[in-house]
Amino acid sequence: MVGILIVSHSEDAARGIAQIARAMSVAGGDMQIVGVGGNDDGGLGVSVAKISEALTEMLPKCDGILILPDLGSSVLSSRSAVGMLPDEEATKIVMTDAPVLEGAMLASIEASTGADLPAVAKIAQEAKNLKKIDH
Amino acid sequence: MAFTLEMALLALEKFNAAVEEKKDYLTDLDSAIGDADHGINMNRGMKKVMEKTSGKEYGDFGGLFKDVAMTLMSAVGGSAGPLYGTFFMKLGHKLTGHAEASTEDMADAMQEGLNGITSLGKSQTGDKTMVDALQPAIDALRAAAPEGEPVAWKAATDAAQKGMEDTIPMLAKRGRSSYLGERSIGHQDPGATSAFYLVSAFRDACTGQ
Repeated sequence: MVGILIVSHSEDAARGIAQIARAMSVAGGDMQIVGVGGNDDGGLGVSVAKISEALTEMLPKCDGILILPDLGSSVLSSRSAVGMLPDEEATKIVMTDAPVLEGAMLASIEASTGADLPAVAKIAQEAKNLKKIDH
Repeated sequence: MAFTLEMALLALEKFNAAVEEKKDYLTDLDSAIGDADHGINMNRGMKKVMEKTSGKEYGDFGGLFKDVAMTLMSAVGGSAGPLYGTFFMKLGHKLTGHAEASTEDMADAMQEGLNGITSLGKSQTGDKTMVDALQPAIDALRAAAPEGEPVAWKAATDAAQKGMEDTIPMLAKRGRSSYLGERSIGHQDPGATSAFYLVSAFRDACTGQ
């Protein structure tokens, strides 16, 4: 199954979004949905090491990993972490430009059906067009 | 004369001292157009670099710069972490196995480092970033290399300073400041400023200042 890694400047936000996304999936506890964030001192920020650790832990348990970064240094730090992995592992990871909460929810539902990484990434991206309020 | 491992360690000390001293200034620059954390982040990152590297024996630039890179990537917290981290990682790759480097070798290695930055950040000269200080510095270092290290590093530092000042009228294309659009014009880029301090630190270490 495809795993989802949420990377935010806030550890609380990353974990909270992961929790919501996990609750939305039909596979429940079997899914790898992880949230990492915050700098090494516990403040707001992003740590490449934390992303690397999460990826290394998730990789053996997942068919692929979708990374959803909040913005800015989350994108750069995720790209750096993936860049340091061997090619055969890096090719199993995709980072998607999507709204992080909505993207994580849709990706989680899609992944829990057994969809492959390209399909999960595509769905997450489509979260950009999700309408929350009908006027 | 060549750039030595001792000079590299000294340059890191000087860079650490510069970001410590200019922490508030960098943060002020960043509060105008960024998220007001560049000074604090660089200060935290370089302090951790000093903790990691001081007292440790290094046999070549590769080992030293890899430690610097990994520490910055984890400890800085903002975009400067992966960007400076990548710079030092590539610098280390290029100089692995060497404990001395000619000025031309340093220019080549720094260009590799800068290529890592532009590839990671999808940035180029004129985007109002650290690239605007580093690229002219490397070009000047290479051009003045035949004139000896003191001249070459002075030329590099002067070029970095000019590059830094040239970011003032630029429209930001990358990072948080790019969200400000036209309002980013008229402010000096904090990343280009810390990059100028880095080049200055290399010069000072090299010329014994």
